[in-house]
Amino acid sequence: MTAQNVAFGIIAAVMAFAAIRVVTTTNVVRAALHLVVVLAGVAANYVLLAAEFTAVVQVLVYIGAVVVLFLFGIMLTRAPIGRIADLDNDQRWLAGLVALLVLGVLVGTLNDQWAGDKIRFTQPQTSAEVGDSIFQTFVIPFEVVSVLLLAALVGAIVLARRD
Amino acid sequence: MYLNQFLFLAAFLFAVGVYGVLARKNGVLVLMSIELILNAVNINLVAFGTFNHTVAGQVFALFVIAIAAAEVGVGLAIVLLIYRNKRSIDLTEMDSLKG
Repeated sequence: MTAQNVAFGIIAAVMAFAAIRVVTTTNVVRAALHLVVVLAGVAANYVLLAAEFTAVVQVLVYIGAVVVLFLFGIMLTRAPIGRIADLDNDQRWLAGLVALLVLGVLVGTLNDQWAGDKIRFTQPQTSAEVGDSIFQTFVIPFEVVSVLLLAALVGAIVLARRD
Repeated sequence: MYLNQFLFLAAFLFAVGVYGVLARKNGVLVLMSIELILNAVNINLVAFGTFNHTVAGQVFALFVIAIAAAEVGVGLAIVLLIYRNKRSIDLTEMDSLKG
């Protein structure tokens, strides 16, 4: 039982609890704040997997920008800030069944294929390697993502502005 | 560390996100559940990248993060527009296409 495994257990437990709270809480703002815990846990997982650059980007983009956007969305749609009982539709049990089936199939197949495979850490993957890979192997997808971001920005402004 | 522990955590996050998308009727909460699903995918990508000793997993995760940010921007703009037109973001009331 290494230190990494202990850390992973704690982080995974916190993440699982927070993720369930995101989809079950009766308070919209609290759901957004539980989402922060899940996203921070994902960043911690990246650190455990020796992917520091992705972890930093996760914190910057998700916790820094996306959650703030969600909070803006909550406020602009004037959701009641307090507790609302009426956030779930009437398919809750069916949705739970579907989610359990998805989980069962995924865990079953993953366990079939990857049981006992250990991650061997050789050299840490540095930010320089990530940058080289983006700007050499994946340079065309990178440019396409840039154009997509621009299109999404313009599209969001066009949709949201009042005229 | 086993590869499977990360894959199982990601599978759990994915299942929770699927439940959220199906069971929530507030538009913003559905978008939050989609974020859970996308993060589950990212954990898988980075875990397999480290497992196979390649940075391609991280690069793909970065692309997914960028596209998720764009998706949230446009998604929230659409939710805002629905709110402005209908005075509500209750997705069960969006049934004007129902015969």
